[in-house]
Amino acid sequence: MSEENEETKTSNEQQEMEEAVASPEKAEEAKLKARYPNLGAKPGGSDFLMKRLQKGGQKYFDSGDYNMAKAKMKNKQLPTAPAEKTEITGGHIPTPQDLPHRKTSMVTSKLAG
Amino acid sequence: MMAGPGGGSSDVQWCFSQVKGAMDDDVAEADIISTVEFNQSGELLATGDKGGRVVIFQQEPESKSQPLRRGEYNVYSTFQSHEPEFDYLKSLEIEEKINKIRWLPQKNAAHFLLSTNDKTIKLWKISERDKRPEGYNLKEEDGRYKDPSTVTTLRVPVLMPMDLMVEASPRRVFANAHTYHINSISINSDCETYLSADDLRINLWHQEITDRSFNIVDIKPANMEDLTEVITAAEFHPNQCNTFVYSSSKGTIRLCDMRASALCDKHTKMFEEPEDPNNRSFFSEIISSISDVKFSNNGRYMMTRDYLSIKIWDLCMETRPVETYQVHEYLRSKLCSLYENDCIFDKFECCWNGNDSVVMTGSYNNFFRMFDRGYQQDVTYEASRENSRPRSILKPRKISTGGKRKKDEISVDSLDFSKKIIHTAWHPLDNIIAVATTNNLYIFQDKLN
Repeated sequence: MSEENEETKTSNEQQEMEEAVASPEKAEEAKLKARYPNLGAKPGGSDFLMKRLQKGGQKYFDSGDYNMAKAKMKNKQLPTAPAEKTEITGGHIPTPQDLPHRKTSMVTSKLAG
Repeated sequence: MMAGPGGGSSDVQWCFSQVKGAMDDDVAEADIISTVEFNQSGELLATGDKGGRVVIFQQEPESKSQPLRRGEYNVYSTFQSHEPEFDYLKSLEIEEKINKIRWLPQKNAAHFLLSTNDKTIKLWKISERDKRPEGYNLKEEDGRYKDPSTVTTLRVPVLMPMDLMVEASPRRVFANAHTYHINSISINSDCETYLSADDLRINLWHQEITDRSFNIVDIKPANMEDLTEVITAAEFHPNQCNTFVYSSSKGTIRLCDMRASALCDKHTKMFEEPEDPNNRSFFSEIISSISDVKFSNNGRYMMTRDYLSIKIWDLCMETRPVETYQVHEYLRSKLCSLYENDCIFDKFECCWNGNDSVVMTGSYNNFFRMFDRGYQQDVTYEASRENSRPRSILKPRKISTGGKRKKDEISVDSLDFSKKIIHTAWHPLDNIIAVATTNNLYIFQDKLN
């Protein structure tokens, strides 16, 4: 039984190799899958597109968390996760010092120089 | 190499004309050019950048002493179009980056353009002032009000010439109509309306009315987990005011007729090239995503740009493109690393020349490509400081894909993928092109004899 399985395994590998030679795209796909074994089957799913729709990424802020962190109380449980599973919440509570400065200077473009 | 505006000749030689922008390699994010657009006469050339600024160049009139030399483009006006914002309700930063600029057809002495960032479209008026009134009765020349008791006579203020001043003022702000990020704006040939498209919706606006817009396409599914494709670009037909197209991340283009219904969710035509299922790979859908769609000037064709190719479609034939041009096919065997460094998601644009005989698009290593449809020839040029001597002729570049690299060829592995030409524009009437590298704008012209 196990011998048969090994034979089918080698013929599958052979077929993949032949495909890779015929199609550079498939060869690249094999390379990618080798580097990232946990990659999903195809990238066109809603998770992928949802990330694209968010572009810059949402910044979450909870004033309760913020105030409790400020008071240095141990926060045993983070607020319940939102309904949509694709949203990402950060573990770090931001403080004003952490936030990047909003751009304020409106310098003339170098193209006009 | 390309057919000139008069048609026929394939002896066009492209020469360097000008380059705008800083020479240093340390590029500030704000200086990254995000859009380039000629106006309908080609006299004005607008650029937008990541810092929300617009710079407009104007072509100098041809000098009588050198009649065969075209005028140079010099700065005409520059202004801050958009500023960074924060949507407190959704905790989202709104970038000030200018995604698109579109010129309105000129109706009077002033020029109007629409510029948009991810969320807000603005109508800007650019006008010249070369006279000012002098001799007010109630005000001094510096603007201070006179003591009324000192006014003993009346006079009519006189218009006196002054140094030319170009003013840009925002005339309309079209806000709060897009939940997702605006990728396109397109002005209708009816001279009254325009469309704006985001990832999932397209809205129709009247140019004068800012508090109302009509949704004409909505592809948002009831359940976001059913989302399979997004809108990537949209454009109105150049002379049929009822027709527009929009492209998708799955490589399809839908043509819609606004006379059919108020909501154009059902397309009139769908353009899609059938794919061989045996050739499908992980990358297939990503590289088929259309990054730009442009109607030809004559309105009979449209061009789409996907990651590796340009396709020309006859509007009468939905089943497959009539012409396909490979931009950089050698990248097909590099898709793995291009996916890892995100380059596979670069959204290259494309453009037609004035008589639709040549199309152009950008690539990596500051290369850009031209495809002559008539002569079935293509050429690669490079926008670089090394080729920037005045009127120096551009030399075609060649990329070597095989083992043996000839002299002057560049191997695929030495291409610089951080130097990408995303935005290009072609003068509507003449052989003048504007090519944007990351932070520089190159202007090339064909050699006049």
